Amino acid sequence: MEEVNLKKDTFKVANRKLKSRLIVGTGKYKNFKETAKAVKESGADMVTVAVRRINVLDKRKPILTDYLNPKKIIYLPNTAGCFTSDEALRTLRLAREMGGWKLVKLEVLGDKKTLYPNMIETIKSTKILVKEGFKVMVYCTDDPLLAKKLEDCGASAIMPLASPIGSGLGLQNKVNISLIIKQSKVPVIVDAGIGTASDATIAMEMGCDGVLINSAIANSKNPIRMARAFKNAVISGRDSYLAGRMKKNYFATPSSPTDGLI
Amino acid sequence: MAKIQLNGKKVDINSKDTIYKLLKKFNLNNKKVAIECNGIIVPQSNYKKKILKNNDKLEVVHFIGGG
Repeated sequence: MEEVNLKKDTFKVANRKLKSRLIVGTGKYKNFKETAKAVKESGADMVTVAVRRINVLDKRKPILTDYLNPKKIIYLPNTAGCFTSDEALRTLRLAREMGGWKLVKLEVLGDKKTLYPNMIETIKSTKILVKEGFKVMVYCTDDPLLAKKLEDCGASAIMPLASPIGSGLGLQNKVNISLIIKQSKVPVIVDAGIGTASDATIAMEMGCDGVLINSAIANSKNPIRMARAFKNAVISGRDSYLAGRMKKNYFATPSSPTDGLI
Repeated sequence: MAKIQLNGKKVDINSKDTIYKLLKKFNLNNKKVAIECNGIIVPQSNYKKKILKNNDKLEVVHFIGGG
């Protein structure tokens, strides 16, 4: 019975069906081999990737696509490192040219120390990208009003931060994330700041549609095992959310029947 | 001979070389890349047609690991 229910729980972003609610980043790994192993163990079918200059002089240097086949796993090009709308647009237009990628992750940063998103530039970019036919998943602050604004501009997914990128501080503003979940008609994916597997479970139990993890896996002592931990954490959290938790009581209720006590 | 800037580095090419020829020279013709010439994206279908000129600024990008 439960198995049937679980199968019905599909996750779609911009009409694309995803098997896993865990999306993983591909940065910060020791090497491509480790990246590929961790991605496989995570069960994710979507990975974020960055766009950078190719090293033209080093002809033998391995590249990401040698290890993660873009035909087998969905590449989600991001605009990491972009601080203006123009930079972000340039990056995503190049990404689209590379292989027709229309589903992209937009992030326009505002401050080098916190890597906090610049929402003014982010909203501006979202509008332009949507007009150009992109499906935009948007990294954003946890402000419900701005999240709503992004949805109104045509964002395909809202991706509020749990805490600053790479900080591992976990969910710092659960109330705001909950407000965003409750109001959004597009998927809400917690992006950035998750520190460990239980953080992902909590986000999923709150009703997030998915989580995006990079540093928490790549910077752990054993990224392959941590990738698996996150896979299970996300499945657990989703199941727990769908199952619906019990009510909290201030006093005890016995678990064993009180009738027939000897 | 012509001098172009390729990803910020000065590179000598034969005059009338196309983008395709340049990619082949650097073993990049079979890789997933995107190219900007003087700030404008060159569609893949134009790589064989686009002839590089002196002082052209070329950016060749690809996907790398990122979060």
